[in-house]
Amino acid sequence: MSDFAPNARFSGHGLACLRGERMVFASLDFALDAGGALLLLGPNGSGKSSLLRLLAGLLKPAAGRLAWNDQPVADDREAHSARVHYVGHHDAVKPVLTVWENLRFWAGLHSPAAGDALTAGALERFDLKRLAEVPGKLLSAGQKRRLNLARLLAAPAPVWLLDEPTVALDRASVKRLEADMARHRAEGGMVILSTHAEIDLPGAAELHLNRFTPAAPDMALLAGDGEDWL
Amino acid sequence: MSRLFGIIHRDLRLALRQGSDSVMVVTFFVLTVVLFPFGIGPEANILERVSSGVLWVTALLASMLSLDRLFQADYEDGSLELLALTPTPLELLVLGKVAAHWLTTGLPLMVAAPVLAVLLNMNADGFVTLLLTMLLGTPTLSLIGAMGAALVLGARRGGVLLSLLVLPLYIPVLIFGVGAIDAAVQGLPVHAHLLILGGMLLAALALTPWATAAALRQALE
Repeated sequence: MSDFAPNARFSGHGLACLRGERMVFASLDFALDAGGALLLLGPNGSGKSSLLRLLAGLLKPAAGRLAWNDQPVADDREAHSARVHYVGHHDAVKPVLTVWENLRFWAGLHSPAAGDALTAGALERFDLKRLAEVPGKLLSAGQKRRLNLARLLAAPAPVWLLDEPTVALDRASVKRLEADMARHRAEGGMVILSTHAEIDLPGAAELHLNRFTPAAPDMALLAGDGEDWL
Repeated sequence: MSRLFGIIHRDLRLALRQGSDSVMVVTFFVLTVVLFPFGIGPEANILERVSSGVLWVTALLASMLSLDRLFQADYEDGSLELLALTPTPLELLVLGKVAAHWLTTGLPLMVAAPVLAVLLNMNADGFVTLLLTMLLGTPTLSLIGAMGAALVLGARRGGVLLSLLVLPLYIPVLIFGVGAIDAAVQGLPVHAHLLILGGMLLAALALTPWATAAALRQALE
């Protein structure tokens, strides 16, 4: 797939994010090359999830632009969606569909080329194969999270945006995820991940989001309005 | 195209396994229509006179019943985010979801309508027209309703708000639906009414998916 090209580059320039009336971060720059990884760090509310949603295309940046190989992402949203996998806080598991049906639906929707073999491989990889015929409502939180993560392998895409992927996962599953991320990067993929837990992501660049929080004027103004803002 | 069928297939499967929505909509339709003979008395000529209006108003309310669930479940479990992030245009996915909604609610209403028409002593000349107006009108209701459902996503008491938004927009469908049946019963030509209903369906088909998708994107921000 051409998007896995070794010279691919995903970058953002001067990104700003506005949530409600609050500027969460501003003038944020990043650049990621094929095989790279970016670890988002920062306290609660510093904008890690907002940045990931912005990178996925769910949020529009208040300022700045995102580029893929120096082409603005906004020019072709659908091409961007095809390159990106986003794993957020919700697992999007339908209670009445089986594990297999859930995963097969998302894989087919993301890339029609993704066949049964890839879906089966992804289930195997995340240790869900014996649960394939179990309806989603019977899964534990960790199993749902693994099913959500299995989408990453069932329909290959070069950019993985993971918002605290290790929540609810046991140690063995975290190890497996680390191995999958390493393999994905070796194939020329990119990983952008936010976490509060320990995760092994060798050679990852770190982005401390609290450094991009706009300082004095905004915050002073808000503080003047009373504490119910927080 | 395979993606469009993919989402229709999934939504139909969800509806079949959860079961409740179609049954609820049809039951509401039947029960409410059955109330009318009790309310206005069993005189055949009065029932015959109001039958087309009663059927259409009740069908309209029934099809609105299930609207607030159209996107709500997907919104709550995060599926909507993923749908918005697939390489398929969201407008197309909206169309798929509306198609599934019509198949599980509009179509059962259409099947139930002639039976209830007999109950209300509707003139047999109106039956074919009743079915045709339902066939053209109920998909329009689903399309317009989806727009309202997307707009109230995430709002508290969304159901009430939804009916306030959507019911006024249903009025043209109601007028021409009832008008066509009345014309048929009186032996007048019904082409004009049906063409206008068809025109409204085409307009809704072309316009509402854009509005619905825009409202969904807004809700996800």
